[in-house]
Amino acid sequence: MNEKIIEFDRVVAGYSPSLTILNDLTLDARRGEITLLIGPNGAGKSTVLKTLFGLLVPRSGEIRFEGRAIGGRSPRSLLAEGIAFVPQGRNLFGSLSVLHNLELGGITLPRGALAGRIEEVLHRFPRIRERIGNQASTLSGGEQKQLEVGRALLLHPRVLLIDEPSIGLSPKLVQEVMGLLRALADAGTTVVMVEQNVRTALKYANRALVLETGRLALDRPASELLGDPDLNRLFLGGAGSPAAATAH
Amino acid sequence: MSRRQTVAVVVGLALYALLPPFLKNYGVYLMTLLCVYVMAAMGLNLVVGYAGQMSIGQAAFFGIGAYHVAILMKLGLPFLAVLPLAAGSCFVIGLLLGFPALRVQHHYLAFATLGFNVLVYLVLRNEQGWTGGTFGLAGIPRPTLFGVELDGNLAFFYFTLASTVVLALLLAWLLRSPWGRAFAALRDNPIRAESLGVNITAYTLLAFAIGAACAGVGGAYYAVLVQYIEPSAFNVPASLMMLLAVIVGGSGRFFGPLVGTVVVVLLPEWLRFAQNWYLMVFGFAVVALMVWLPGGVLSLADRWRRARR
Ligand SMILES: Nc1ncnc2c1ncn2[C@@H]1O[C@H](COP(=O)(O)OP(=O)(O)OP(=O)(O)O)[C@@H](O)[C@H]1O
Ligand SMILES: [Mg+2]
Repeated sequence: MNEKIIEFDRVVAGYSPSLTILNDLTLDARRGEITLLIGPNGAGKSTVLKTLFGLLVPRSGEIRFEGRAIGGRSPRSLLAEGIAFVPQGRNLFGSLSVLHNLELGGITLPRGALAGRIEEVLHRFPRIRERIGNQASTLSGGEQKQLEVGRALLLHPRVLLIDEPSIGLSPKLVQEVMGLLRALADAGTTVVMVEQNVRTALKYANRALVLETGRLALDRPASELLGDPDLNRLFLGGAGSPAAATAH
Repeated sequence: MSRRQTVAVVVGLALYALLPPFLKNYGVYLMTLLCVYVMAAMGLNLVVGYAGQMSIGQAAFFGIGAYHVAILMKLGLPFLAVLPLAAGSCFVIGLLLGFPALRVQHHYLAFATLGFNVLVYLVLRNEQGWTGGTFGLAGIPRPTLFGVELDGNLAFFYFTLASTVVLALLLAWLLRSPWGRAFAALRDNPIRAESLGVNITAYTLLAFAIGAACAGVGGAYYAVLVQYIEPSAFNVPASLMMLLAVIVGGSGRFFGPLVGTVVVVLLPEWLRFAQNWYLMVFGFAVVALMVWLPGGVLSLADRWRRARR
């Protein structure tokens, strides 16, 4: 078993004092693995990532990164530690150009390093290179997601948090993004991914954590869950079909 | 900026520069005054439009700049030496005021700047030894530029206009520089900016201090334009006018303060016929404008563009 890089230890967190979303949540993610977070809408999957990234402060419990407590630290200081976050939905600065978006993604990098890192990302995403001077809002949904992922990779993160990367992407692009995440993980990056496209994501993930109302309901190796004939029943409340698993 | 926008700006600027020789003194004065307020409003736009903070104290910095000029020029310092001092003082005071205010809460800067404006007004009024109190300071000389006296209203207009253009170019350069781009990110979406590691507090503070420095520069030009200053020109109502100019023009748009200042300064002039009713008519005009065009006058362009599609 790989070393635990990220640990939630009985974490309680929410958006206001009266609204608890993460309910005594304990989980972990391991080095070089893709940890898949799944569960019904509103289960708190995105909240897990936001809390981990310092956008929400846990009310109690402890969050550890490589064994050190990081609860309550700012996103900026976590970025410096090597944690990057690609949130759910649209995250670009639409009024700025593609290049400017990339430059902003590297704002915490030392000056000399930025150009080289951008070149790396453009090498990985040739589509983005073609659109480099365009306003980010004019990119297609798939291109925007590629740019977001590329922007996060600029920092060579050791941990990549990514929330529903497949939304709005064609099946082929979904495969591409998942393949990229797999390659990153194999190269040592720890990936924590939230995904509704469960069947596809399970093929690429190492472990699956099922979240229900802010608690861990299930923790299984991805391959095991994928082979489970009860896959749909397990976390789609029995009503699901594979098609429903991809619908959002 | 698109080619069409560039053309519009250049043509607008050329017209603005060509008009004054055909105007009477008062017209030239008004057009110079516009430039002066545009400097302050452009700085305020950085605070309101980009950093998303309310500042109700821009006129205080404007006043600090003006009194720097009045006091130091009367001591014999040349205008071009006082100008960086005025800007620098305002920048530092902006940092000192903004630092504690921005650490607390989002709306706190509004109160801090409001209080600061009242404080500055009281100091200007009561420190008679330096500021002349309510009588103000008169006889402020016009600047001399490399041996050329800018006594004439036209000469001074061109000097001020050129300075405004330089300040605008500096701000444009700042906003386009790789690190200045964080201001645009801040304007578009602060949470996204934070997720990329932009230090929101530092950038907001910087925006506020730079905005204050711009007001200081505007105030310096104001002092040598009117040649007589007194505290009431720098009280809270003036700050509100500047805020109004930014919002009416379209906050967060580079040319918003320019358009807004023209409206806010010229509208009362055009409404003179309304005499005692003018404040009321002015108020209604502003309310109507904000209801009809909440994004400011410049958002009209977006509307047209969308309507044509
Ligand atoms: N900014 C917010 N303020 C208040 N409540 C929020 C906020 N964001 C999410 N919530 C609430 O927190 C709960 C969990 O939301 P979260 O976004 O973590 O769910 P999720 O599992 O990611 O769902 P989905 O699959 O729909 O993305 C929901 O009940 C949601 O209404
Ligand atoms: Mg979510």
